[in-house]
Amino acid sequence: MAFLELNGVGKGYGSGSKRVEVLRDIDLHVEEGEFVAVLGFSGTGKTTLISLIAGLIEPDAGEILLRGKKVDGPGPGRGVVFQNYSLLPWLTARQNIGLAVDHLFSDWDADKRAAHIDQHLKMVNLAAAGSKLPKELSGGMRQRVSVARTLAMNPDILLLDEPLGALDALTRGSLQGEIARIWAQDKKTVVLITNDPDEAIFLADRIFPLTPAVDGEGATLGPEFGVENLPRPRDKKRLNENADYKHLRNRITKYFMDVRHEQRKNIRHEEVLLPDLRPVVWETA
Amino acid sequence: MKDKLISTLSFAGFGWCVPVIRLTTGEDPNEQIRQIFLTIGVPVLTFGLFLLLWNGAASGVRTNLGTVPGPAQVVEQIRSLAQEHREERQKRTEFYARQAEKNKAQLAANPTEAVKVRKFTGRPTYLDQIFTSLRTVFTGFLIASLIAVPLGILCGMSKTLMTALNPLIQIFKPVSPVAWLPIVTMIVSAVYVVPREWMPKSYVISSITVALCCMWPSLINTAIGVKSIDKDYINVGRVLRLGFFSRVFRIVLPVSMPYIFAGLRISLGVGWVVLIASEMLSQNPGLGKFVWDEFQNGSSQSLARIMVAAFTIGLVGFVLDRIMIMLHQLVSYGQETH
Repeated sequence: MAFLELNGVGKGYGSGSKRVEVLRDIDLHVEEGEFVAVLGFSGTGKTTLISLIAGLIEPDAGEILLRGKKVDGPGPGRGVVFQNYSLLPWLTARQNIGLAVDHLFSDWDADKRAAHIDQHLKMVNLAAAGSKLPKELSGGMRQRVSVARTLAMNPDILLLDEPLGALDALTRGSLQGEIARIWAQDKKTVVLITNDPDEAIFLADRIFPLTPAVDGEGATLGPEFGVENLPRPRDKKRLNENADYKHLRNRITKYFMDVRHEQRKNIRHEEVLLPDLRPVVWETA
Repeated sequence: MKDKLISTLSFAGFGWCVPVIRLTTGEDPNEQIRQIFLTIGVPVLTFGLFLLLWNGAASGVRTNLGTVPGPAQVVEQIRSLAQEHREERQKRTEFYARQAEKNKAQLAANPTEAVKVRKFTGRPTYLDQIFTSLRTVFTGFLIASLIAVPLGILCGMSKTLMTALNPLIQIFKPVSPVAWLPIVTMIVSAVYVVPREWMPKSYVISSITVALCCMWPSLINTAIGVKSIDKDYINVGRVLRLGFFSRVFRIVLPVSMPYIFAGLRISLGVGWVVLIASEMLSQNPGLGKFVWDEFQNGSSQSLARIMVAAFTIGLVGFVLDRIMIMLHQLVSYGQETH
């Protein structure tokens, strides 16, 4: 039995003729301490998948098991890092983390809670920015606060929903390094949702492509790509020259290209009938 | 220091005096003078033009109470009202001084005598009327807010409740204060039989009428604000498994503050407009009653006095709105407000 199990999970929205299937037949087994990435185009149901695992929404079909127990509603055991940070704008970085810590660890004394918050601010290199409001922080710093808040909840599993999607390429790169470093510290189980193959390869142990829906049937997971043969800690610069890395990257790219191609073939091009009209030439002479 | 002053002034709605400050510190004089003309000069010119037009047009119309007063007569009435206020205050001071002296003399003659302290019963001055009106409008506004904001939050959180209340809200929202007033009067007279001295019946009636008319914008805005909260904020609360009250007070209420205050601002504006009408009819001492009394009084000064009241109503309304905008900005955490 795996740590996190998704068996035949499906989810759709709406009813009747407006019914839209988003996900179907999702089977995903994640072992404890594993870093798994789900890679997909935007709009293919990635956020739906993470919301299902987080328990924010319920699956229509199949089951989601964490440590063999059925996921029933959201809880602090599954820490979600949302794409747009979702920091409360009237609270400082410290207070945002404090909101979670004070609520979840109300049996700790105040000093212990403060130390816990400090420790997590330090973990994301924001020890000096604790008293700043979110609007005074850059996008990258906000996401680091968000990561710190989630980690401070001591979750069993960390769910990252395109955490770096809204950041510029340079900030993205440095935060990827930071996530790798933090993960290496306590090897938490992580499910990362991303649309960036490089990010997936750099961070994950295994990558699952999310194959887009065909004929409105809902997206599902494709065959896994193992990244075990890339040794950790991974170095971005050296990774670019690694033959395995290049090979894996090509395979993933090719997979998505093929999927796209397959989809295009399925779209029938109907011939458009044009009205039988001809320009009229007036004889003015 | 200068920047701080400037940002504080802009925040308080005195953005127009920013160029003056910049000019006094010698910052780009030409640009500042242009800005002063645009922000101060132009409005002053329009106002002057308005006064001229008013002056010209007013003398042409004859009414039962003489010609329509121009700006000069209105200013004269402002002076006369101020004079009356001073005289009335003088009388009050004298009254209390006399009373204190009399009581002292009585106590000196007979230390055991129970001396009486009477309240001065002069008529309310114009300034008193303004404050009565303010007190009434704030009472009504407070009642409205205490009902509208919690109800709005509940409506925003529960679609069912919103659907349930929607017909009532839509029907009662457009009802004019003039229609509410007789109903409120009858009910208050039936329920509030023995009025306390500090809370006369007319005051209760006006306040409740104001509340009935001005609660709707707050209610609707609060509901919309709560409903449109970013889902992620709600999800943060769900992941933390916050209880109902901590969800409301730690997430829902702070996030929707800007919406709530935008609604309260509209409510207070509506309340102030409604108040004058309801004071007129309920005979609550205040600006509305002042206007009505002057209208009934029909002396040659009445029209000018009513115009003073109109300007006062406008100015007070403007100041109230400014205060609400400031509060709105305070709770908007640096987000765009309007």
